[in-house]
Amino acid sequence: MMRANLKPAIISAVVVAVLAGLLLGIRLDQQGTTLSLVGAGPDVYWKIGAAAAFLFFFNLFRDQLSALWKGLPGLPKAPQKLVEVSHKPALRRLFWCFMIAAAIIWPFLSNRGGTDLGTLVLIYVMLGLGLNIVVGLAGLLDLGYVGFYAVGAYGYALMAMYFDVGFWTGLLIAGLLAALFGFLLGFPVLRLRGDYLAIVTLGFGEIIRILLNNMTWLTNGPNGIGGIPKPTLFGLEFSRRASEGMQSFHEFVGISYSSEHRIIFLYLLALLLVLITLFVINRLLRMPIGRAWEALREDEIACRALGINPTAVKLSAFTIGATFAGFAGCFFAARQGFISPESFTFIESAIILAIVVLGGMGSQVGVILAAIIMTILPEMAREFDEYRMLLFGLMMVLMMIWRPQGLLPMSRPHLELRT
Amino acid sequence: MAMPESLYYFIQQLINGLTVGSTYALIAIGYTMVYGIIGMINFAHGEIYMIGSYIAFIVIAALAMFGIESVPLMIVAAFAISMMVTSAYGYSIERVAYRPLRGGNRLIPLISAIGMSIFLQNLVRIAQGSRDIAMPTMISGGVDIGPHEGFHATLSYMQMIIFVVTLITMFGLTLFISRSRMGRACRACAEDLKMTNLLGINTNGIIALTFVIGAALAAIAGVLLGMYYGVINPYIGFMAGLKAFTAAVLGGIGSIPGAVLGGLLLGVTEAITAGYFSSEYKDVVAFALLILILLFRPSGILGRPEVEKV
Repeated sequence: MMRANLKPAIISAVVVAVLAGLLLGIRLDQQGTTLSLVGAGPDVYWKIGAAAAFLFFFNLFRDQLSALWKGLPGLPKAPQKLVEVSHKPALRRLFWCFMIAAAIIWPFLSNRGGTDLGTLVLIYVMLGLGLNIVVGLAGLLDLGYVGFYAVGAYGYALMAMYFDVGFWTGLLIAGLLAALFGFLLGFPVLRLRGDYLAIVTLGFGEIIRILLNNMTWLTNGPNGIGGIPKPTLFGLEFSRRASEGMQSFHEFVGISYSSEHRIIFLYLLALLLVLITLFVINRLLRMPIGRAWEALREDEIACRALGINPTAVKLSAFTIGATFAGFAGCFFAARQGFISPESFTFIESAIILAIVVLGGMGSQVGVILAAIIMTILPEMAREFDEYRMLLFGLMMVLMMIWRPQGLLPMSRPHLELRT
Repeated sequence: MAMPESLYYFIQQLINGLTVGSTYALIAIGYTMVYGIIGMINFAHGEIYMIGSYIAFIVIAALAMFGIESVPLMIVAAFAISMMVTSAYGYSIERVAYRPLRGGNRLIPLISAIGMSIFLQNLVRIAQGSRDIAMPTMISGGVDIGPHEGFHATLSYMQMIIFVVTLITMFGLTLFISRSRMGRACRACAEDLKMTNLLGINTNGIIALTFVIGAALAAIAGVLLGMYYGVINPYIGFMAGLKAFTAAVLGGIGSIPGAVLGGLLLGVTEAITAGYFSSEYKDVVAFALLILILLFRPSGILGRPEVEKV
């Protein structure tokens, strides 16, 4: 058995050593106009050697390893009773209430950095939930989702710059604008099959970024837009001194000024937006349109036979998904106070997609969990910053191989026929 | 008879466009072949092109360090080694990111390929640094078209090399696909994968072969464009891949002549946009063209309309 594996083991080890050695072991070194080669440090050679050795042994003992893996007792399955109990609606409601309460209390227990991180997580949760409608529920692979995010952010920033629009009006306009873009783009491309759609949306995301970069007269190009107004609470500002004709929050409530108020306010605002998003999506899912999304994902031809108009249904998913990206973009712009096309690259789309996929396509709890993991892990592993994207790509591949259904796959209530 | 300046200007744009377009065509063939057989987009294909460029630079720099100054030898060595290495990369990508995922949901291999693309791009970034690496021009000079004095168009020797290499490659590929036994097996796989397997052809091998051929063609494009522009960085693969995919769709994905036609068309469109409007918007025009084509002729210029089966 081991002999049969010996050949592939040797081949894979040699291939890895050669491929990695050529690209990693030799560095191109530019001195003026002359190009020369320098060897990478011995640590790199050690790493390549280790990787080759690992692959060799992995392939050599692959049968034993998989037998071992199967032999592991695995996680103890939750007892049937517990599963039944956990599906009780009352308990689920209690669980959600608990989670929301924890999320509300979080900024008051944590420090400034923690709250800020929480806000970032919430932005990604919102984006993930929005993309989840398109990818997870309707089954349309959208690789240009960040385009709508950019439309929302720039929509608000430009409105604020040219027309002096406040945050709340801006939020609405940004959402509508992103929806309009989603509608206009979706109209031609949604007739396409899945993979075409993926590339066209990718191209669209790039077009938006290139336009933002080049339309210097409107968007200030790569320098970005700064001084975007912060959100207000019923007209109360979160600054030390309120601007003309406004009142600031700490004066109104009668407490001393602290810059943390604004951070906490932003966090709670993001939380509110996420809760609204969750609420809307969950309502939509129970409506005919939500059912149609999922039906379409499962079988388009059957849907057509049942009289569902696939284009209209897809378009609705696309537009609604884009709207949430617009909201998220507007909030992002208001929180940062500064935006530039840098923030809306393809990698951002890939991260949001990874959140949806990692969480389990269609599963909202999964998306939330994945957004937390994807945002907090890189923060914790700052020293591995250089390797972050490398590991990210690797993780996407491995995840697809080992657990394509995601961390918490969507489960829907269903009855099975007993035979 | 003196021809007007504007005509020479147009000819120059046409030459530039066809040069870039023929390399797009080379990359696009890789997409189209893989898509034709397993119906998946090899998203990491653009990164293969980038790796091909890097290997070519490494080979040329290595030869220069050993004191070999013969330009033809350098170019031939760059082609040969770069094609071999990228073939191995193409094969490995197929084994790691595609083979285990075949036959499931269509989105899953696409996502794993995106992951692969990010992985390769960052691997090169970490290994070789993210800044541009430039190479001195190896082949200079060219042939003037039009009057020597005043405005004229130039066909540089490098551009000629690009045309010739592309033509030879395409000719070879056409011969391989239409005449050889393996080429016939490839076509059979594209027609009906399951049936071909039943008839005793090693379809796994054929699929791997298409990845290898695609990677080798991408490497040729990488070597050519690397020498043409003289500058590479780890991020060139993304845009090139996207453009080549656009070219493949433009011509009708799954069709090799279509990929060539699409590549040339895209290259010329871009060059004319850059020449007459603004080079900043040439990418926008390329994607707008893609969207328009898909809108009016979703199967591409030479593609067969597809019938969806239950």
